[in-house]
Amino acid sequence: MTPQASDIDFPRTNSARGRRVIGRRLLNWVLIPLAAIAVAVGAWAALAPVRSESREQVYVIPKGTWEHRQAGHHLDVIPSRIRLTLGVRDVLVMKNQDDVPQLFGPVLIMPGQSFQMPFQKPSEYIFTCPLHSSGLLTIVVEPMPEPGLARLRWRATGLVTPGAWL
Amino acid sequence: MNRSVLALLPLFLLVFAVDIGAAPNPTELRAGVFDPPRLAPDFSLRGSDGSELKLSRYRGKVVALAFGYTNCPSVCPVTLGYLAEARKKLGAGAKDLQVVFVTVDPERDDTEHLKKFVAFFDPTFVGATGTPGQLAEIRKVYGITMSNKIFTDAAAKSRGIYYLDHSSFVYLIDREGKLRAMMPFGVTADDIEHDAKALLSR
Repeated sequence: MTPQASDIDFPRTNSARGRRVIGRRLLNWVLIPLAAIAVAVGAWAALAPVRSESREQVYVIPKGTWEHRQAGHHLDVIPSRIRLTLGVRDVLVMKNQDDVPQLFGPVLIMPGQSFQMPFQKPSEYIFTCPLHSSGLLTIVVEPMPEPGLARLRWRATGLVTPGAWL
Repeated sequence: MNRSVLALLPLFLLVFAVDIGAAPNPTELRAGVFDPPRLAPDFSLRGSDGSELKLSRYRGKVVALAFGYTNCPSVCPVTLGYLAEARKKLGAGAKDLQVVFVTVDPERDDTEHLKKFVAFFDPTFVGATGTPGQLAEIRKVYGITMSNKIFTDAAAKSRGIYYLDHSSFVYLIDREGKLRAMMPFGVTADDIEHDAKALLSR
């Protein structure tokens, strides 16, 4: 008996319909939720408040830093570029846990002492700093990012900047 | 509208409802603060008032200690100008705020020169100078850095006209002689008055 066209087409049609069903389910239960999450995260990043519980960004000069340096090792124990944001993280705290006084940027900090420096103006501050192999410390103080693209970009930059606050 | 999207709506609203932070927590002083404070390193220099100038003689007062030089074209005059303005704003409390200006340029800044310079801003200000070695030691213990002489051109060099780059901070020392804070260049007279008042009230 010669097979009818419908006998041959039926499995193909069934398979196509199956693919359509799977595609629709994929769209409904995976892609759309993922897109919705992406939109929600993006909207949050662009609009959510950026204040934090503490406005301090703390750095520690660890014990043994001076000995390491005397031994000829140039360890950057603290980033040479520090990013702060007004109203969010705008108080730089430097703690000296070493056994000798340390000059951090412009500040001489005694052993066991800390120094808190609040910033009030957005700017880029460059100091000489013997703690860094480059000899320079740059503190970038950014204004509070406005809601929208600026805030989104600010959070995105925070993701890839060590020590930055989100 | 997809039901799964609707299910995410509460989450979406939540992120806007939650304020992740608390109220700002400003430090008491606007200057950079040392914690714990240590005794400010004492020194003995020649004062522009004609006497030996020891920092410890100002115990009981708040001292604003600045470093600079009288030929400074911008930073030092601005700093002293703000200090004078802050002192005026303090009113009666001003008598307990002493400004001490230590030169980083002993070659040109003798006591007479310093006296005229600081008095231009406020007659109560005191200048101080000493030997290069004494001044270098004081700069070291306060963390002050400075450059070698900077000559703008050959003509300036032949006439001995030079500039100096130096740290431009004002150190605030409390009534007990403890080094409490450090103000960077750029703070205003209001900031200085604010912090001086806070230290004077202790």
